[in-house]
Amino acid sequence: MNGNVLLKMDDVSKTFPGVKALSGVNFTLRKGEVHALMGENGAGKSTLIKVLTGVHAMDKGVVKLNGRLITAKSPQEAQMLGISTVYQEINLCPNLSVAENLYIGRVPKRRGSIDWKRMNEDSERLLKRLNLNLDVKQPLSDFSVAIQQMVAIARAVDMSSGVLILDEPTSSLDNQEVQQLFDVMRKLRDEGMGIVFVTHFLDQVYDITDRITILRNGALVGEYETSKLSKSSLVSNMIGREWREEDEHRKKEQSYTSEVTMSTQALTRAGSVKPVSLSVKKGEVVGLAGLLGSGRSEFANLIFGIDQSDSGILTLGSETFQSMNPKKAIRKGVGFCPEDRKVAGIVGELTIRENIVLALQAKKGIFNYIPLKKQQEIARKFIELLRIKTPSMEQRIDNLSGGNQQKVILARWLATEPSLLILDEPTRGIDVGSKGEIRKLILDLAKSGLSILIISSELQEMIECADRIVVLRDRMQVGEISGDHMTETNIMKMIAEGGGSHEQYSQTGS
Amino acid sequence: MSSIRKRAASIMHTKIIWPITALAAILLFNLFFVPGFFNIEIKNGHLFGSLIDILNRAAPIMVIAIGMTLVIAKEGIDISVGSVLAIAGAVAISLLGVVPLWLAIVAALIVGVLCGLWNGLLIAYLGIQPMVGTLILMTVGRGIAQLITEGKVLTTDDKAFGFIGKGFFLGLPFSIFIAAFVFLFVLYLKKRTALGLFLEATGTNKISSEYAGVEPRKIYLFVYIVCGLCAAIAGLLVSSNISSADANNAGLWIELDAILAVVIGGTSMRGGRFFLAGTVIGALFIQSLTTTIYSMGVPPERIMVVKAIVVIVVSLMQSDRFRRVFQQKNKQAVAG
Amino acid sequence: MKLNLRINQNNIIILSTLLLIILLYGAGSVLYTGFFTWQVFFNLFIDNAYLIIVATGLAFVIITGGIDLSVASVVAFVSVVSAALLQEGMNAYAVMAICLLIGILFGAAQGYLIQRFDLHPWIVTLAGMFLARGASYFITTQSIVIENATYTAISKFKINLVGSNFISVSVVIALAVVAIAIYVAKYTEFGRAVFAIGGSERSAVLMGLPVPRITVLVYTISGFCSALGGIVFTFYMLSGYNLHLMGMEMDAIAACVIGGILLTGGFGYLVGPLLGVICSGIIQTIVMYQGTLSSWWTKIAVGFLLFLFILLQRVIVIRRQRRRIISHAAGKPAPNGGDRRAPASV
Repeated sequence: MNGNVLLKMDDVSKTFPGVKALSGVNFTLRKGEVHALMGENGAGKSTLIKVLTGVHAMDKGVVKLNGRLITAKSPQEAQMLGISTVYQEINLCPNLSVAENLYIGRVPKRRGSIDWKRMNEDSERLLKRLNLNLDVKQPLSDFSVAIQQMVAIARAVDMSSGVLILDEPTSSLDNQEVQQLFDVMRKLRDEGMGIVFVTHFLDQVYDITDRITILRNGALVGEYETSKLSKSSLVSNMIGREWREEDEHRKKEQSYTSEVTMSTQALTRAGSVKPVSLSVKKGEVVGLAGLLGSGRSEFANLIFGIDQSDSGILTLGSETFQSMNPKKAIRKGVGFCPEDRKVAGIVGELTIRENIVLALQAKKGIFNYIPLKKQQEIARKFIELLRIKTPSMEQRIDNLSGGNQQKVILARWLATEPSLLILDEPTRGIDVGSKGEIRKLILDLAKSGLSILIISSELQEMIECADRIVVLRDRMQVGEISGDHMTETNIMKMIAEGGGSHEQYSQTGS
Repeated sequence: MSSIRKRAASIMHTKIIWPITALAAILLFNLFFVPGFFNIEIKNGHLFGSLIDILNRAAPIMVIAIGMTLVIAKEGIDISVGSVLAIAGAVAISLLGVVPLWLAIVAALIVGVLCGLWNGLLIAYLGIQPMVGTLILMTVGRGIAQLITEGKVLTTDDKAFGFIGKGFFLGLPFSIFIAAFVFLFVLYLKKRTALGLFLEATGTNKISSEYAGVEPRKIYLFVYIVCGLCAAIAGLLVSSNISSADANNAGLWIELDAILAVVIGGTSMRGGRFFLAGTVIGALFIQSLTTTIYSMGVPPERIMVVKAIVVIVVSLMQSDRFRRVFQQKNKQAVAG
Repeated sequence: MKLNLRINQNNIIILSTLLLIILLYGAGSVLYTGFFTWQVFFNLFIDNAYLIIVATGLAFVIITGGIDLSVASVVAFVSVVSAALLQEGMNAYAVMAICLLIGILFGAAQGYLIQRFDLHPWIVTLAGMFLARGASYFITTQSIVIENATYTAISKFKINLVGSNFISVSVVIALAVVAIAIYVAKYTEFGRAVFAIGGSERSAVLMGLPVPRITVLVYTISGFCSALGGIVFTFYMLSGYNLHLMGMEMDAIAACVIGGILLTGGFGYLVGPLLGVICSGIIQTIVMYQGTLSSWWTKIAVGFLLFLFILLQRVIVIRRQRRRIISHAAGKPAPNGGDRRAPASV
């Protein structure tokens, strides 16, 4: 255990004004292991990584790489020391070729000029090592996000001297792509590389990692071997309270009526959604399951009018629509929490109050101004109702944590008093505690008569919340399950097997 | 930290403090160094004096800068205002005598709206970058103005038209009332309609706003139309003031003055929050500076150097990074 | 990346520009006698040598996603400084060296302000534009005629090509600048870093590129090219006057756009500005040959071209995005959020 220690961080502390972000944390990375770094938001994972990669300077502590003391003052220095990092967002230049993205900053030269031929050859060789066959002369933007992520990893691997940090690299990948990434990670591990893996997905941790280090509130909880740590003790270590398996299987009581809030008939969009017909009743929670790109988010976009459907009918209440746009959808009582909170949810510079009233104001129109007093009333009501943690409603929303931001977005929609709420990945990227709160809220809202369409890549989450789950696969509606049939195994089977299994499950929808 | 210091700190962070300080500084300078700067006389029932002169001359800049504030708030820019100003002036003066006065004015304003519409369509509906989209009208606009004036400097002696830019009302230049009206109108739009919220939301995050039901394109189109209209109003003020339409030189570089006024006023070029009062003060500051330099006897050509330095100083003071560097130095000095 | 002549979305703009040049030149040749001669063609370069140099320097700034509005003022300032120093009897080459130094320092100062304090390039170079125009008034408000022997000699020197047709020294300088720019952009680390910053500045920083240094450097290059353009322009005019070339910065930007430099940064070929300049030069010549059209028609025509090319850039960007979405939908998709990110406009 001692001989193959690659990286050792001892007694690392870091204080930001007002916050003790890390206090006396130890972290050890060994050769040939994948090491998960887990913790809630605010536990100190990202601070620890930023200290390691030289983004922040630590107040106290030592970092040893291969037994030698190091201090990286910038990401570039860390890189030169051999600590490479791949972030969730792809930090490459989309306009440059794949080869350039791999070698920029250290391009091969011949007589003072860039040697393009050698660079392209080297790139091909490097990518082959990761089982990738690409035209390296193509601009990076021609490839999918997953491939771009792999290119980022290839670059990091090539520059690393054994330490590779993957900071939530799987957030935007679908299962198949995750497996492809894991194959690469296993290969690198077998070559003796030490990989630090940060993720929110518990399953992935058990799938790939050898060890887990858990942080909580800036302090070390402990280091465990993955195979000896149960899921429930992992989660309870992270959120610091006893967590029982049953929590995750709390089924929703059926509270819906027969009144249909929203239905679609063969709603289609070329290249993104093949005909989907489904309906949501008043007070019902319907889940949309499927892999990323199965058409689940794309379908939600059609209902909300972000994308236009080519054919099919959308019915809201008693009205039918051929085309839709967000403003119209809101007027007709639809709310939509998009998948990417930062890009499509929050308006960073505005205050919590303004973020909450935005959709309501849009619904009322530009000249039907909501007086300030009324705005404050609305904001206060939802801050209390959703227990949004903030010193004041006049705080800028980007000062809040991810979970609280998501609650503000929920408040924005609840303020419009919708009859249908579409939630696309409502708990992605937020801490376990807030996840639970938001799930509970979904159930409460449904009980009060709101219809909800939920999309989540965590199947268990949907099973917990939904009355019914519609499964999509390859942009096609392949089936629907409800009641006791809703288990991870059944859903995954349906996703894997496709349309054939259509009839064998009870269909409650029309 | 005491609450007073905290409050002082919070005032220091309010953006409006900067243009006010700058304006106060320049007025203070005049108090000491330019005798008679604050003198105001009454002649023929009109007020006269440097301050009045500043107000009168600042009116076109102010009007354009107010329109520009809206455009910049949505992370845009309109560099065609100078050309639009020239076109509007050319239209008005070439129509005077042919059609009634009111029709000439309305025609000029309609041309302004059309120019704004053109810019807005390019930017909102074709998705062209604002600077690039308005660059087209900026280049072509002066050519169009030349076509209207047939390459000549048109003049007019229409008294009623001259009143717009030269007349006095209640003892004050009439142009000030026009500027004030534009300011109050836009302020009304900001405070009593949701335009302010929608503009700041789309300027900060277009996609989120769209998902929240705001229609960014309509907002964009609207602000460019307002900006074009403002430019046309300024065109009337300018051409009335000099009783002529000069396609080449009318409103030359006024877009720069207007952008400066907006930036000095605290609105960020990166969009989002906007400050109309700041813009007005910024415009007053720029004109005060110009007038001060004139009255100091500095050759007018050199004003540009001073303006340039002021711009850099003001934007440095607004730069977070500059303040941080400065504060660090202070801290070190205290520690050491 | 070998030279491939396949038409793709990266080179379609430049190919359209070439096609346009051929069409315009052809149209001029058919319409007007004496248009289709070598000298008329060479004159395009002689008359616009300074603009080629300035636009090429500016292209580097635009590729990083920045802008330099001070270029025209720097040209005018350099013309005034040269004229004033030559009047004092200073050595012609020393004057040129001083001018270049002024350009370099001026550009570097702008770059430093933009980079170090995160100021908006629009604002800083706008101030630079005022500063340079205003500064020349400190020297003189008059137009100074240059009578220096070296300058007049260079100005009058004709390099004969194709019979008695000739080009000027300035043309050689301009073409050399373009050639060097093309090499730098393609074969040096600096050149590729310029493109990288234009693609994503954040990524460029994280990939370890010296972004601050490169940012300062591109503005320095632009300043240098403006000064060199100023010297060449002084050869051409043989006078120094502060009101020279009012609004020329827009011509330079237009040349870049017509030459396929994407104004959002990240894409473009360095030969583009040259083609853009030639394009508007031909229009100017046609307007001149036509005789009855007033010169502002050039402005309107160039503006119209600008509009067309901006539209073309836009269409290409939109198509590029759409293709990406379709390829994602067909293969393995991107997260929905990824494709809907603020549409990169032209």
